[in-house]
Amino acid sequence: MTQIPANIRVPAEIGSLQPLLEFVGSCLTSQGFGEERLREIELAMEEILVNIFNYAYPDQKGEVEISCRCDGGNGLLVEVSDQGVSFDPLSLVVEPDLQADVAERAIGGLGVFFVKQLIPGVRYRREEGRNILTLPIEPAVLL
Amino acid sequence: MEITVRKEGSAAVVSVKGRIDAVTAGEFEKGLSTLMAGGDCMLVLNFNGLEYISSAGLRSILATAKQLKAKEGKMLFAGLQGPVKDVFKISGFGSIFKIYDTEEEALRQI
Repeated sequence: MTQIPANIRVPAEIGSLQPLLEFVGSCLTSQGFGEERLREIELAMEEILVNIFNYAYPDQKGEVEISCRCDGGNGLLVEVSDQGVSFDPLSLVVEPDLQADVAERAIGGLGVFFVKQLIPGVRYRREEGRNILTLPIEPAVLL
Repeated sequence: MEITVRKEGSAAVVSVKGRIDAVTAGEFEKGLSTLMAGGDCMLVLNFNGLEYISSAGLRSILATAKQLKAKEGKMLFAGLQGPVKDVFKISGFGSIFKIYDTEEEALRQI
């Protein structure tokens, strides 16, 4: 378990995915989050982090940082930031077309939809050359 | 992630264990492409041992399903567990694919 507040800063590359997911999982566990909610957040975090790995630093290497702190209640406030190109991932959201069949169904856009479903209060801001996603994470299971 | 393939009549049963995430989705999709290239177009995906799937995995499934459709093939799913079932549900995959409780049931539809 990780004592919060806590933060981690690692290279923005796919090899960092597992350590970052473990870090967030450990913070959630220390706040008493249940196994099911942990899995939901893992899914949302993967989508967010993979977007950063793929798009934040097109021409150079860079880092991603995650900080976790208590929100004053039962929840956890997680911030994910990078110093890459200005980019609001929430603008990518595509509502899945539940009527479309296999041939019509678009590939992609689902990841950000998951994030919004799993962490409804997620918000983005650009500040001092950084992309910052704030994730207010409540313990209740949403799916 | 661990993939095992077994032939069952005209179907290929693909059992996947572990995680299909951004790291492993490419390998998963390649496995399915190899089967298709070898002439298999009736696929039963047994997800009984699958603990986790992210949107990267769903993209691989959809891309494969589109190619299968062009070959008049089929892709059926069996044995989805809790978290994977949830992901299928929110993505709408539960309504575009045929999902069965067990592999045996899925094989009966081939």
